[in-house]
Order: sequence, then structure tokens, then C-alpha cells
Amino acid sequence: MRLSRGAKVVLGVITALVLLFIYTPLMLVVVNSFNADRTFGWPPKGFTLEWWGKAFDSPGVRDAVVSSLWVALVATAISLVLGTLLAMSLQRYAFFGRDVISLLVILPIALPGVVTGIALNNMFTTILGVPLSLWTVVIAHATFCMVTVFNNVIARLRRMSAGLEEASADLGAGVFTTFGLVTFPQLRSALLAGGLLAFALSFDEIIVTTFTIGAGETTLPIWILQNLFRPNQAPVVNVVAVVLIVVSIVPIWLAQRLAGDSVGVSGARVKAAKA
Amino acid sequence: MLTAPAGWLVLVYIAALAALLITAFWTVDTFTGQVSTVWTTENIVTVLTDPVYQRITLRTLWIAIAVTVIDMILALPIAFFIAKVAGARWEKLLVVAVLMPLWASYLVKAYAWRNVLAEGGLLEWLGAPIGLSSPGYGETAVILTLSYIWLPYMILPIYAGFDRVPDSLLEASGDLGAKPLTTMRLVMLPLLVPSIIAGTIFTFSLSLGDYITAQIVGGTTQMLGTVVYANVGAANNLPFAAAVSLVPIAIIMFYLFVVRRTGALNNL
Repeated sequence: MRLSRGAKVVLGVITALVLLFIYTPLMLVVVNSFNADRTFGWPPKGFTLEWWGKAFDSPGVRDAVVSSLWVALVATAISLVLGTLLAMSLQRYAFFGRDVISLLVILPIALPGVVTGIALNNMFTTILGVPLSLWTVVIAHATFCMVTVFNNVIARLRRMSAGLEEASADLGAGVFTTFGLVTFPQLRSALLAGGLLAFALSFDEIIVTTFTIGAGETTLPIWILQNLFRPNQAPVVNVVAVVLIVVSIVPIWLAQRLAGDSVGVSGARVKAAKA
Repeated sequence: MLTAPAGWLVLVYIAALAALLITAFWTVDTFTGQVSTVWTTENIVTVLTDPVYQRITLRTLWIAIAVTVIDMILALPIAFFIAKVAGARWEKLLVVAVLMPLWASYLVKAYAWRNVLAEGGLLEWLGAPIGLSSPGYGETAVILTLSYIWLPYMILPIYAGFDRVPDSLLEASGDLGAKPLTTMRLVMLPLLVPSIIAGTIFTFSLSLGDYITAQIVGGTTQMLGTVVYANVGAANNLPFAAAVSLVPIAIIMFYLFVVRRTGALNNL
């Protein structure tokens, strides 16, 4: 198939336009965080750093940042442990019910977030009678963050040879020594990448969070949702939105550099599924 | 070793899903506002037969289909360009360019569109010279915003699909005298079907479950997700919310069942 020059140019222009369409709204939020006009009409009327200052001084925003960081860190830690264990047992050992478990792992990413959200809400409030808090958010986040860690670790395990671990065992090392000296060093970058993805997923998660967070608690996305419809908070909402964009994209960029191109794509699948 | 993670998944997730199904058959005591475990099919019957919920279901379906079609039309040329026209260096750059915004928060993207669509906002300013105005907050805004948010999820699988079609196949078709459009229709399209369907699974099921975008740019537009959310929060009727949430689950399951033979599920 030989495309004419004209056809290639047309396709190139369409591609450029679609990319413009993808980036413009995000850029608009960034520009508006410096826009001196409170109503954020277009074109902007002047440049100001006032909103950034206000956001840094706002105790509500600061509390929300702390909560978001805490939830993301704890959920990432739990999902690193559980995701790694799951990947190692599924990859290294054949056992009864292995296929069922493989399917189980996919489930949290196969159903839309609103379903996960209400299912967990119902579980906590109606069935177990546990009051919603930041801990219930952590449990919910860890459930889907586990899947990204699992994906990264199992991809690495498939490329590693089990021979090294067997050699280590033959030379007399125990299970933990082998893991610490042989397996872990090979897994390190995959774990780091999986952890970064899990962190980014949790930090800006909104849908499952709205269903599992306790009254009076706010994470950064919840703060945005609460203040979105208040016109006098609009300038600060823009700043928080920019922070959220940066905090969610930088870890992905790092993870991508650490573990190769496929990371962003496999993580995106998880990201998509919980939305 | 397996007990901890598998136990977590079963206890937290599977038990929660099972409980959701059961709760849909319970009811709320109108006096105390507590969930009472009296078995009834009333919630399910209401969701299926009440014209209000039938309309909301149809509207949600229409929005999900519209979003899917728009994204398919936008994604095909750009995915083709990245995979088959752009040089190797550009190809890598463009994939990253598509991938990065996908990671920006869903909430922020919906919020960004609230700004774009606002009175006196960017869209009005752009449209003014050609006599177009912003559609304002409503169903059109929801379709536009959801198309925007899920577009990268359509581009990536289709790009991967194009990338897997060997160039030699296209050359052979060209050498045998087929014009580019014929090659596209007879050689490329049949090979691409699983990838396109994989993309539609994302855009369709994600739109079907949405409630945040509908809240932010939808004005008064009600979708299945907003009904679920309202019944968990303000209305405090979890059994009814559970019943409503079974509708998108059923539709998605049905769609997955229909497309499973195309091999699309392996492209997810």
C-alpha cells in the first residue's frame, strides 16, 4: 500500500489536531492557575501568583494533601507486599485453582469504578457495620493498586529464570535468604515501577474514594469535588488541579523510564477500569 | 504465601460483590432509615419498569454509544498515522504524547472541560468567529467531555492493532493492484476488528458507569451512575442503589459475552 503525499499530510494534520484537542483543556487549567481574572474568561486578563500563595496558605488544602499522601503511601505499601506475594505464587507454583485466582485478580479492573465503589460501601456500612474513615479508603485503594504491582512483578518474573533461585537453594540458602539476595535484587526496578504506578493511581483516585471515605475526611480529589461548584474557591481549585496533574504524571514518567514502555500501558488499563 | 493476597481479594472484593447482589433484594425501613433484611424484588422491578429509570437507562446507553462512535472516528486516523506513517522516532514520541494525559486525573479533566465550556470560556471564544457557541452544561457537554476523557483508551489498543499488521502484507496488497482504500477495507480492517472492539469495551463500559462527569458538566442530566450515587448519599437507600448498579453490570456482561468470540478480550 503506497499512500500519496497528500494523504500522509492529511493524516499528519488530523493527528496534530487530535493531540491539540487532548492537551488544550489541561493547558487551560494550568494557564488559569496564573490568570488574574477571577471569572476565568478567555483570553486571560493578566498574570498572578496570588492563587498559588492562597492554596499554600489554605489549611483545608494542606490537610487534604496530607490525607492523600498518607492514603497513597499506606495503600502502596500494602499493595507492594500483596501484589508481590500473589505474582510469585502464581508464577512459580502450579496448584489447584490457579486459574480461578488469575481471574480474581482481573475482576477489580474489569468492572467500572462505580460498581467497586458501591460494593465496598455496602460491604463496610451494611454488612460489616464498620464506620467509613481514611482506613476504608486505604483498603479500597490497596485492592486495585495490588493489580498494578502484580502486573509489573509477574511480567518481570516471566523473564527471570527460576534456575538462579534453585541454585541458591542448592547452595544452602533458606527461603528468606534467597529472596533477599537473589530474587529481590532482580525485582527491584519492577517493584519500584509498580509502586510508583500504585501511588499515582491512589493519589488522584476519586470514584471509589467518594464511596468509601468517612464524613469529614478529605483527600485532594475530594477537596476539589467539594469546592468545584463554589465560585469564590475557583482560583484555588485550579491550583490544586495543576498539583494533581503533576503529582499523577511524574511518577508515571519515572516508572516508564525504570521499567520500559509497557508500564504506562498496563497501568492505564487499571486506571481505566476503576474510573 | 498465597493466602494473604488471595484472601484479601476474596474477602474485600468478591464478598463485597456478592453482598451487593444480595443487598439489591433487601429494603430500607422508611421509619428508621436502616437497611432491613426483608427479601423483596421491589427494587429490581422498579428499576426495570418505572419509566423514569427506563429513560435514564436509555439515555446512559445513548451517551455511551455516542462516546464510543466519536472516539472510534477520532482514534482510527491518528492510530494509523502513529503506527504506519510516522517514522520510528516520531512513533515513540507520539505514543508517549497520547499516554501521558491519560494519567492526568479523571476529575481534573472533567473540571478542565467545565472551564472550556463555561460562559465566556475558551469554546465560546473559539466559536465566536464562525458563529458557534458553547453547548453549555448538559447532555452534549457530557458526551463531549467523556469522548475527551476516554479517547486515549481507544487510541492505544487500535494503535497496537495497526502496529501488529505486518507492512509486507500491505505491500503485497498494493503490488497486487489494490488501491490504499481497498487495502484498508479488505486487509487491514478485518485484522483490526479485535483491537477496535477492545477500545470500545473501554469507552463503552467506562461511560456507562460514569457519574462524576455528569455531575460536573451535565447540568441536570441524570445517568445510571448519578442515580447510584444519589441513593448511596442523599437518599440513603443502599438496596435501591445496588439494584440500579446491576443494570450497567448486566449491560457490560452482555456486551463482553457478545464480543468474546472476536478475541477482543485478549487485547485488553
